[in-house]
Amino acid sequence: MTQTQHTNRPRGGSSEPLLSVRDLRVTFQRQGEEEFHAVDGVSFDVRPGQTVGLVGESGCGKSVTSLAIMGLLPGRGNRVSGSAIFDGEDLLTLSPAAMRDRRGSEIAMIFQDPLSSLNPVISIGRQVTEVMERHQGLSRKQATPKAVELLERVGIPDPKARLLNYPHQLSGGMRQRALIAMALACNPRLLIADEPTTALDVTIQAQILALLKELVVDTGTALVMITHDLGVVAGLCDEVNVLYGGKVVERGGRHGLFRDPRHPYTVGLLNSIPRLDAARGEKLSPVPGSVADNLPWTSACAFAPRCSQVVDACTRETPQWEGDQVVGHRCFNPMGGTR
Amino acid sequence: MIRFVVRRLLQMCVVVIVLSMLVFLWLRSLPGGPVSAILGERQTPERVAALEKALGLDQPLPVQYLKFVERAVHGNFGVSTKVLPGEDAFQVFLDRLPATIELSVLAMLLAIALGIPLGYLAARRRGSITDTGAVIFSLVGVAVPVFFTAFLLKYFFAVEWNLLPVSGRQSTGLDATRVTGMFVLDGILTREWDASWDALKHLILPSLALATIPFAVIFRITRASVLDVLDEDYVRTAEAKGLTTRVIRARHVLRNAMLPVVTTIGLQIGGLLAGAVLTETVFSYRGVGDALATAFREKDYPVLQVLILAAAVIYVLVNLLVDIAYAVIDPRIRTR
Repeated sequence: MTQTQHTNRPRGGSSEPLLSVRDLRVTFQRQGEEEFHAVDGVSFDVRPGQTVGLVGESGCGKSVTSLAIMGLLPGRGNRVSGSAIFDGEDLLTLSPAAMRDRRGSEIAMIFQDPLSSLNPVISIGRQVTEVMERHQGLSRKQATPKAVELLERVGIPDPKARLLNYPHQLSGGMRQRALIAMALACNPRLLIADEPTTALDVTIQAQILALLKELVVDTGTALVMITHDLGVVAGLCDEVNVLYGGKVVERGGRHGLFRDPRHPYTVGLLNSIPRLDAARGEKLSPVPGSVADNLPWTSACAFAPRCSQVVDACTRETPQWEGDQVVGHRCFNPMGGTR
Repeated sequence: MIRFVVRRLLQMCVVVIVLSMLVFLWLRSLPGGPVSAILGERQTPERVAALEKALGLDQPLPVQYLKFVERAVHGNFGVSTKVLPGEDAFQVFLDRLPATIELSVLAMLLAIALGIPLGYLAARRRGSITDTGAVIFSLVGVAVPVFFTAFLLKYFFAVEWNLLPVSGRQSTGLDATRVTGMFVLDGILTREWDASWDALKHLILPSLALATIPFAVIFRITRASVLDVLDEDYVRTAEAKGLTTRVIRARHVLRNAMLPVVTTIGLQIGGLLAGAVLTETVFSYRGVGDALATAFREKDYPVLQVLILAAAVIYVLVNLLVDIAYAVIDPRIRTR
């Protein structure tokens, strides 16, 4: 086991973490309904300049994790516990005003659907400049040339003319570029991207991913990439966290995880990607079933009903984390392990 | 934008032409008719026939209609028979218009000034006592008929507590200079403050009565619309940018939430005349609504024709203004 951990270690794992999430729990409670644990004790680290992936199916808690870190969960009906230490401060206990000062300047976020994430009645230019007006104390006039530079940097052609455009006048890819420009306006140290390419077609997806990669390398911004797409992970992330039912079930460096996945769920995700080099007629093998609404992590492994490797222990007790903050998994009967 | 306005004005012409036909036919299909209205008890078959010939009512309807249109184009809608006997019907409308404009403007200002902030507040504090109370209040506002509200206001504030004048537009015996026919404005223009204040006191109760329904509708639409917008992804984006609450509310929430509200305000302005008929009657307020009620009761056909057509034109014009306002707020419409 110890040997495995060493070969699986991602690069750049030496410096102090920029963001350190520990035992994050988010519980939703609606009147007259049972509590729902959307995030159930998630821990991970992000080091400066590192790209960390949070991977999983819909409903596994990856978006809720990011919204909780940003302090953007809807006000009522949820409970957040644990800690998210960013630069020595726990983001979860900061006052709303202090959090407001950090959002957009220290930590920025890009969302999934670029059209609905942009305000339809405000010009692109204004939506870019308002971040700088807020955090850098610039006037609108001072911020405008900077907005032109930003739009140019994210690859929007004729940026000066685009300032006056409204979101509906831009294509999907251009809208996502504009959102990225807004997120990067104040040179944040951490960028959280919540499925930034899901709403785009494949060629545009590749462009946006390449742009993100280039920007984080150039600026040294740390990136948390939330995705269900292991292809995105393979191309971008240094470290990967696989989430299932609100818990991290496997973690590892990109190369290690793809070469030698341990958790059956990770294996399932990898097998469900279509491959060009697969033999003709070979069927895809998706993970059977879907994420259950009520997660039985309390007395069993939540993945057990869908697992091909299930053993007696899986339905009797909760699997514990085997490993550390860099490499590990949560499984009674892990696969591989030949390394 | 200019093409848009021109197109809408042309559409308005079509609406007015069709409506003029409808009004014309409809008035002529009412029992009684202008001849018996004019002759009253003195009618005999000979007199009726003679008057019909004199008025051109013996000719076929299309001919009558064309003659009506020909005169109307020259601003001649005939002479009032009952509302202001002998006066030009169009002049009756012009005389009464300022009073109703004054009343409607104040009522709409009240409805907007109360409806939008209260709707916004209710949405922000959804489920609170403020919210529930305001929703119930607005429900009552929509449900209670205008004439009943008007009567209650009059009974308590004017009759029982003697706080405000019972009826009319200005106290009799007040020597006020007339400029526009809008008494409050006249007082301000001529610096006759007492006249202005007196006219305003007369306006309070009627405008409150007239404002109840527009207020209730504007409140409810604002509340629903703000609730919708608060859930939008772009509001979350604005939050993620760390913008101040004030900027998010004013720039991102309110502006988007105002789109349906603007439409509603336009429709309510159009519907004000219906309320004005009732309100002006209860408060003996000499405006267009009161003239319309009198003209109906007394079968003053020339005045009826003018008032109904004018109401239609105003309605269509207000709708045009609403569409322009919409295009100003929403760039998606402007650039289409």
